[in-house]
Amino acid sequence: MNQDVKIRVEGLTKLFFKKKVGVRALDRVSFEVKNGEFVSLIGPSGCGKTTLLRILAGLEEASAGAYELVRDDPNKPLQSMIFQERGVIPWMTVEENVAFGLRLRHAPKAEIKERTEYYLNKVGLWEFRRHYPSEISGGMKQRVSIARAFANDPEILFMDEPFAAIDEQNKFILQEELLSIWEETHKTVLFITHSIDEALLLSDRILLMSRQPGRIVREKTIDLPRPRRITAVRANPEMAEAFVDIWNHLQNAVRGSALERRDEWALEPI
Amino acid sequence: MDKDVAVAAKSLIAHEKPKREAPNRYRSLTLASPLLILLLWECLSRLSLIDARFFPPPSSIVAEFFRLVATGEIASHVAVSLYRIIGGFLLGVVPGIVIGLCIGMYRPIRFALYPLIMALMPIPTLALMPIIILVFGINDFSKMITIAGSVFFPVVINTAAGVRNIDPVFIDVAKNYGAKTKDYFFKIALPGAMPVMIEGIQMGQAIALLTIVAAEMIGANSGIGYLIWTDYKAFVLKGMYVGLVLISFFGYFFSLLLRWLEKKLVPWQR
Repeated sequence: MNQDVKIRVEGLTKLFFKKKVGVRALDRVSFEVKNGEFVSLIGPSGCGKTTLLRILAGLEEASAGAYELVRDDPNKPLQSMIFQERGVIPWMTVEENVAFGLRLRHAPKAEIKERTEYYLNKVGLWEFRRHYPSEISGGMKQRVSIARAFANDPEILFMDEPFAAIDEQNKFILQEELLSIWEETHKTVLFITHSIDEALLLSDRILLMSRQPGRIVREKTIDLPRPRRITAVRANPEMAEAFVDIWNHLQNAVRGSALERRDEWALEPI
Repeated sequence: MDKDVAVAAKSLIAHEKPKREAPNRYRSLTLASPLLILLLWECLSRLSLIDARFFPPPSSIVAEFFRLVATGEIASHVAVSLYRIIGGFLLGVVPGIVIGLCIGMYRPIRFALYPLIMALMPIPTLALMPIIILVFGINDFSKMITIAGSVFFPVVINTAAGVRNIDPVFIDVAKNYGAKTKDYFFKIALPGAMPVMIEGIQMGQAIALLTIVAAEMIGANSGIGYLIWTDYKAFVLKGMYVGLVLISFFGYFFSLLLRWLEKKLVPWQR
């Protein structure tokens, strides 16, 4: 697999206006993701990581800066996003949801059937293919979301905290399932999470973001060999150090904002 | 020790029994209460405790019904009213859905049309009948237009609301997976708005029935409304009641039909 850059972000900035106050969600964010890399983005709440992902996925416009998603295959969609489980469309069956991307781009019927069947089986939902999302559990809905993105066969996958709403035990199971599906095709992934454990388990590289306005402040490379298991990561002393390292970064980022705000209040006239 | 286990087991099995008995018990009440009222009416009328000229006993109403069936009058009145109702209903529902979807999806259309619709809605279409008759003549079509006018408003307002109630995440999903305008319309807006839309259509069919009776009272020489009105003027009140019961029956029948349609069109709601 060629090791060229797949995602290039330069100086990306985003401003929002809320009640006449300008809010800088992203401040000159720059980074690169190589082809086939699994990169996680971790940061405190409100640091702009979801905004960043939405800009790259074409769902929002940047205020300044540039980004590039490198296309290698004109026949495949460039990127697909795995939304949280509420992104599973309620009026379509599990099967129709998984086939959604393929149907929208009018792929040949045989291909739709083959890929849908393959990924339904891969996530273990073949028996539920005719069910509606209201009839299946949250974990199953998230599997539908994953199957839908992979079935569409994009070059890049964006994942917006896909397991945030899942209980912990199911979370571990889904994380390992995701890795096993991903390892078949090794697509380029940009993954947002709050969970340090999740980032350590899944990623080749972790990008740490500051609090709002969001910037990339640090980068950590995770060298663990693949395939990875949660037990191996937990038992690894280097990973324990990495956890503490990232935890401290997040704590400082969050506490920093709380301290600043407290000082601001102190300056308010009574 | 064993005795406790045995007792516990027996009560568990008792709970497993299907709960179908309770609703059946209450279902007989649904039939019993109107029957009791009719029985009371019959007695009071025959005993002249209530004026039998205004409240003929139900048995005479039923007899009149069968007499009218025998002469074929019922069949012709019902047929003509149904023809007008269905025609008017379709004339109102189809534009209501199309315009409602457009208003829900496109802001310029909403700004252009919605205030206009809200301004026209309070005007009772029956009051506009003279103008409608001037333009379209005294025929079935003008009655259909009148009905269409009343049906249009609840349908368009509910459809627009149904579209606006669609969780924006589904629009993101559609955009991310490459939806074109046609796809937004048929795969997102229409199915997503369907539950609320159907409530609007329910309202519409109820209003259609109200309107047809009044419209036929005002300017017609056939139809159930005509039957009601002429029998009232001739003081043959049992004929009038036949008409009223027929209207009530149709209202109930149409609402059942629509519920059945809803189960087919919206199978995804729990």
